[in-house]
Amino acid sequence: MNPRHLRYSENHEWVRDSGGVYVVGITEYAAEQLGDITYVELPQVGDEFAQDDEAATVESVKAASEVYAPVGGTVVAVNGALDEHPELINKGPYEQGWMFKLGDAEVAEFDSLMDVAAYEKYLKEL
Amino acid sequence: MLAAIGAGSVEELLDSIPREVRLQSWAVPPGLSEMAVSDLVHRLAAKNVTSHTSFIGGGYYDHFIPAAVDALSSRSEFYTAYTPYQPECAQGTLQSIYEYQSIICRLTGLECANASLYDGGTAVFEAAMMSIRLTGRPRVVCHSSLNPIYRRILDTQTAHLEIEIADGGDPKDAACVIVQNPAFLGDAADFAALAEKCHAAGALLVVSFYPISLGLMKTPGQMGADIAVAEGQSLGLPLGFGGPYLGIMATRRRHMRKMPGRLAAATHDNQGRTGYVLTLQAREQHIRREKAMSNICSNEALCAMRALIYLCLLGKEGLRQVATHCYSKAEYLKSRLRQAAPRIRILNEGPTFNEFAVRLPHDASDVVDRMLGRGLLAGLPLSAVGRGGPNDLLIAVTEKRTREDLDDFSTALDAESCS
Repeated sequence: MNPRHLRYSENHEWVRDSGGVYVVGITEYAAEQLGDITYVELPQVGDEFAQDDEAATVESVKAASEVYAPVGGTVVAVNGALDEHPELINKGPYEQGWMFKLGDAEVAEFDSLMDVAAYEKYLKEL
Repeated sequence: MLAAIGAGSVEELLDSIPREVRLQSWAVPPGLSEMAVSDLVHRLAAKNVTSHTSFIGGGYYDHFIPAAVDALSSRSEFYTAYTPYQPECAQGTLQSIYEYQSIICRLTGLECANASLYDGGTAVFEAAMMSIRLTGRPRVVCHSSLNPIYRRILDTQTAHLEIEIADGGDPKDAACVIVQNPAFLGDAADFAALAEKCHAAGALLVVSFYPISLGLMKTPGQMGADIAVAEGQSLGLPLGFGGPYLGIMATRRRHMRKMPGRLAAATHDNQGRTGYVLTLQAREQHIRREKAMSNICSNEALCAMRALIYLCLLGKEGLRQVATHCYSKAEYLKSRLRQAAPRIRILNEGPTFNEFAVRLPHDASDVVDRMLGRGLLAGLPLSAVGRGGPNDLLIAVTEKRTREDLDDFSTALDAESCS
């Protein structure tokens, strides 16, 4: 269910190490909790975040939620497809629903995130 | 019952209310019959003076309200309708809000309007906050044209926020510059150049406008404004001793998601029929809580309805005619008053819409008191709001004033200025 090769934060973001650039999105759990996503406010390329800074906002019919930077870094890309198709997050939270990519990140911060087993245990305890 | 809940007396249950604010006595005078109450109320109401001719402006104006506005807005379907959170049983209300929003867009030349705010002054505050959200800069520049009452509201509402309000100055590092057109003292201006200057500095332009004036004047949209706000009282609302009034807000589509207040929108049901809903509700405080665009998740529905009816009745041409009457009659009064120069001096140097400031040879408040004796509400003494000297008076003219009213007024003011 939750991809084995990803890392996870307590705020339900996932991170994929793509050769020094870290791709970030929200997990299936988060997408399900939010319901149909209607709008995504993404950061700008060039924005700098520390770990756990507010980086983006996701709006659904019933709530609006912050997405935090699971690792610190500089935004090098954002998923423009989400402007017209925010529902991609619900359809493919780990693939087409990726939100932004961070460069210049601390490997140690990435390593400190939960692996899939730890995340699934965390979900059970919620 | 007291024994059951373990209380000694009824008074004990009221312990948390300080003694000095408690009701001292339950002795109330005997009831009156309906006829006696009616008589009492009529005698009290008769103490009000309603026959004076008004030349008072300062943001709130004595305009004519067509009878249809009262007749239609007092229909119980509109008068008693509740908040339209359940669209399937509130289509009429939602459609009226949608049409109100649409007509405000047409009026201002902007792309997106909300369902209304409380009044013109708090709308200025909301526009300032919206600009800060959009730019991330906690600094607002107020132009000297802004109504001093609105300026004061801005201070009150930001008193405990980390926001700097500057009076005048560069748009550099500011979230916005807030201007008013026509200015509080009546001057009409074109802020298109300021809009460009703001945008070059990464700031927004907020224009506080006078709705009736847009029948003749360049709109905030045409000037390049980002946000337009106004007091909607002049659109079919009585002066009402201070309210209820109507806050108007409109903006560009790209700023829409940071706009406060309720938003109605049109959509389709699963059979393709047009329907109306509230939208973008995740901006509002009942969902977004402390991160909401404002504490406001309400509107002035009945007042907005009256404004909608008023504007629909007049149409574009009708509004132009009302504005032309206001402008022409003010110009006529100015020309009459100029005959009393230099005793009475008009202070405005450039063009004005329907309001202007004069300097009298005597204390303006004294003159106002003496004019009351002649059945005239002469205007707003400017020292009362810190915008002029003791002899300065702000005079407004609306379409309701006849040539006779204007002649009588200028004769009276001249007479009071001689003695």
